[in-house]
Amino acid sequence: MTLRNGWEMVVGLEVHTELKTATKMFCGCANSFGSEPNTSVCPVCLGLPGSLPVLNERAIELAMAIGMALHSTIAPSTFHRKNYFYPDMPKDFQISQYDLPINLGGYLDLPDGSRVSIERAHLEEDTGKSTHLGGSGRIHGADRSLVDYNRSGVPLVEIVSGPDIRSSAQARAYVVELRGILIATGASDGRMEEGSLRIDANVSVRQADAPFGTRCEIKNLNSLRSLQRAIDYEAARQVDLIEEGGTVRQETRHWDENVGATSTMRTKEEAEDYRYFREPDLVDLAPDQSWQDRVRAQLPPMPAERRSTLRARISEPVPTVLDAVEVVIDLGLDPFVHAALDRGVEPALALARAANELAGDLDGTSRLAAAAFCDTLLMEQRGELSATQAKTVLAELLARGGDPRDIAALMGYEQLSSDSLGSTVAGLIEEFPDEWTRYRDGDEKLAQFFIGQVMKVTKGQANGKAVVAELRARR
Amino acid sequence: MKTAEQVAREVRSGATTAMAELNAALSAVRERNEELNVFLHVDEKGARAAASRIDERVARGEAVGPLAGVPVALKDNLCQNGVPTTCSSRILEGWRPPYNATVVDRLLAAGAVPVGKTNLDEFAMGSSTENSAFGPTKNPLNPSRVPGGSSGGSAAAVAADMTPIAIGSDTGGSIRQPAALCGLVGVKPSYGLVSRYGLIAFASSLDQIGPLTKTVMDAAIVLEAIAGHDPMDSTSLPEPAPSLVAHVESGVVGKRIALVRELVDGADPDVVASVDQAVAALREAGATVVELSIPEFRLGLSAYYLIAPAEASSNLARFDGVRYGLRVKRDDVTAMMEATRTAGFGAEVKRRIMLGTYALSAGYFDAYYGQALKVRTRMIEAFARAYRQVDMLIGATTPSVAFEFGSKTSDPMAMYLSDVFTIPTNLSGEAAISVPFGTGEAGLPIGVQLLGPGRSEALLLAGARVLEIADGRP
Amino acid sequence: MSSPLRREDVAHVARLARLTLSDAELDMFTEQLGQVLEHANDMASLDLEGVVATAHPFGLINVVRDDVVRPSLERDVVLAMAPDSQDHRFAVPRIMGESP
Ligand SMILES: [Mg+2]
Ligand SMILES: [Zn+2]
Repeated sequence: MTLRNGWEMVVGLEVHTELKTATKMFCGCANSFGSEPNTSVCPVCLGLPGSLPVLNERAIELAMAIGMALHSTIAPSTFHRKNYFYPDMPKDFQISQYDLPINLGGYLDLPDGSRVSIERAHLEEDTGKSTHLGGSGRIHGADRSLVDYNRSGVPLVEIVSGPDIRSSAQARAYVVELRGILIATGASDGRMEEGSLRIDANVSVRQADAPFGTRCEIKNLNSLRSLQRAIDYEAARQVDLIEEGGTVRQETRHWDENVGATSTMRTKEEAEDYRYFREPDLVDLAPDQSWQDRVRAQLPPMPAERRSTLRARISEPVPTVLDAVEVVIDLGLDPFVHAALDRGVEPALALARAANELAGDLDGTSRLAAAAFCDTLLMEQRGELSATQAKTVLAELLARGGDPRDIAALMGYEQLSSDSLGSTVAGLIEEFPDEWTRYRDGDEKLAQFFIGQVMKVTKGQANGKAVVAELRARR
Repeated sequence: MKTAEQVAREVRSGATTAMAELNAALSAVRERNEELNVFLHVDEKGARAAASRIDERVARGEAVGPLAGVPVALKDNLCQNGVPTTCSSRILEGWRPPYNATVVDRLLAAGAVPVGKTNLDEFAMGSSTENSAFGPTKNPLNPSRVPGGSSGGSAAAVAADMTPIAIGSDTGGSIRQPAALCGLVGVKPSYGLVSRYGLIAFASSLDQIGPLTKTVMDAAIVLEAIAGHDPMDSTSLPEPAPSLVAHVESGVVGKRIALVRELVDGADPDVVASVDQAVAALREAGATVVELSIPEFRLGLSAYYLIAPAEASSNLARFDGVRYGLRVKRDDVTAMMEATRTAGFGAEVKRRIMLGTYALSAGYFDAYYGQALKVRTRMIEAFARAYRQVDMLIGATTPSVAFEFGSKTSDPMAMYLSDVFTIPTNLSGEAAISVPFGTGEAGLPIGVQLLGPGRSEALLLAGARVLEIADGRP
Repeated sequence: MSSPLRREDVAHVARLARLTLSDAELDMFTEQLGQVLEHANDMASLDLEGVVATAHPFGLINVVRDDVVRPSLERDVVLAMAPDSQDHRFAVPRIMGESP
């Protein structure tokens, strides 16, 4: 979406990612999503009187890894207390990095060639989680809230971009690329729907090359769809406002996905006075060169590099294949694809199965051996399994693991012998003489028609490629 | 009453039992607690269990620790698993922590028997124990006088012969000042020597836990037992507990000591006279004593009364009625928090929360808190300059002997001034000890303070031991 | 640096600190806090230009712990502390606004 009358949007994003550590940021409680309420809590993360925080080494290393992937400078840093009262925050302050963050500066290059600068990526702790009773289950209108502190103290990294983003599509591309980096570094599982990635967007508008306008911050955008819609809505709102002679007020706004609009949450005047000061219970952090080198040595290749490596192996870069490449890189599924290509699987098939079947069950990929993935695809390619059967076998492998041959046998997938396929095709040629004539005269689209008919007759047991081979042989 | 050293020795040898010593402590508590208001809670059941465990181990011939069977009083800002812990505040009334402070674990490991929790100024904010929500503690040496504070209950427990030793915390003098006013030895260890895990924070960058005892040797034994690195406290010094007991009798021969003008200026004449006599005694024992002026010390009070309240305002935010302690019912959570805090905190706590919130708030941070942190730097540099010339410093612990109840309660600034000699060491994070030396008005004890660099506890204990002997307690 | 404390400053600070002050308390605190702040003005006598702030006495750095799970508290123990609880969670009255 472009703005009318020469208006341009200026967007900066703050992306909060939960870190995939075994324990919380300052205590040994398990960092686990979805456990029973208030079972992963201790004196420290409940903020009990007398308790003290101790930094999780792994959280620091993951933060450094993110910074390295974003070309940041790893800097000596400190922790501050951000003071405000809120029931889901056990100490009534959040430990966060303030003027001296662990990662300073940097940039992220997007697949379209644009570059978004990174201002900082700092460590902080998450809060507990409230559920609201009465009303509609939302905070407004509720008469009572319940708090679970399992999430309290989970380590977060907040990545703050420069105001370099100029469209909602670019904002989306930035988040997708960043998510790929977070997954690659092992810092995050990148799951927005579970809240492990949360985004605030700073949006302003201006006439091209004019100074930046007043910005509004939109809080808690929890899906890529919300992110894009909210930014577009907010930019348009600001343009309308200015064109009607109004001025944009600096404020924090809330995005309502159902209504499709942002609304005022807090004006600048109502902003909290956080009374930041150095956290006296923690000491400074200054990772020396050898610690940094150790972390850097463990960094796997980042999405940009993996994307070009994968693209280089594709002979026919048609749009559907390139889209699949994006999905595969974003979700870190490319090792499966490379393994399949090494074994001689067609790129289009390998990418399609990874971008659809594997992407549909990311948890399952931990149970899936690369060899089993390759074997399944080779069976499909050779016509030993139909596409539908191959997908079913993959689903089983993702659910429970195992050997694809055993699964195929167990499911009773008799391969359709070329003999019986040949007679089926011969029968269909007789049944549909007009279609056969057109196909024979070069109308390739008719191949699809015959495949469909074969599938119908064989109840999906045939392999599309084998059918085409059979048709070609008779042409 | 026996010293801790004696009790532990006799328990180990079988000359007495932990249970007998506990019974003696409990009967002393029963006898005078109502009058003096020392203990807020006596954990008789837990103490009996701990004592019999020690006695069983002695009977089995097992090794027991250096504090075997020694009853100990704990300031009620130390968390003890399952035992009410209030910080002398309504806001925590009825709360039982689900965990032990590291210091409590270490005392138990050393064989000590925690008897109960002692009164203090609410959240350790005060110098007289008059700020307790549960009434003031009286000085056992003269019940019309304050015992000092904020560890007034712990000091009184030892002074009243209820327990041989007690544990306190010192943020601006809260161990040394009551020790001085009750005629005891009190140590403010180097910052990080003793773990703060489980100490309910007043001002995190200043708080330290330490012993209150009758003798220097007992202070050394207790400190050795509770000191040393703790992985639960990020600010804990990395090394294990230093050897202290072995150095108590080391003397001061060849040591250089400076009498600091700012640590006696403004003190009562009898206090100044005691410090002078202490100086003479140290010279007699072979030390060289010079005079020194450290003008930065005069600014300590100002810096302290911004830094400590600033940290406290944040540390005490968690008392909001959501998770534990008092809750005053209201229809919305903000009103509930405000009503709870308003009802739960006493006047002095509110005063300091207000002061600290103000010092940190937008527009005032640089002028007050930021400035105070720079003064702190100057203070540390001034100490460092002094310690390039001498091994330790000497001065008074308090400007006067124990004062009358109510004499300073209406004027916070006057009360704050009673901490003027103890505060510099908290700001620098270094070590100091108060040891009784002579008496003043109404025959009340006077405390002399020895100050040393970080990790100089052995040196200070040896110096204090010289004064103890010179004061007639060989 | 000298900043005479006003009554409305004290009222604002009380709101930030979640304390309700009566009129009499407001007057008292305005005076008493003013005295402490006035005393603090003696710090202005020191030349603090270029002095680095010390937030912490000793210069420890990089104190960390291994990322190894330790036992959490029993939930019954945790919720026994709560002034009010429901469905294994801490219960609070209505929350008026979203977290800042
Ligand atoms: Mg943040
Ligand atoms: Zn925890």
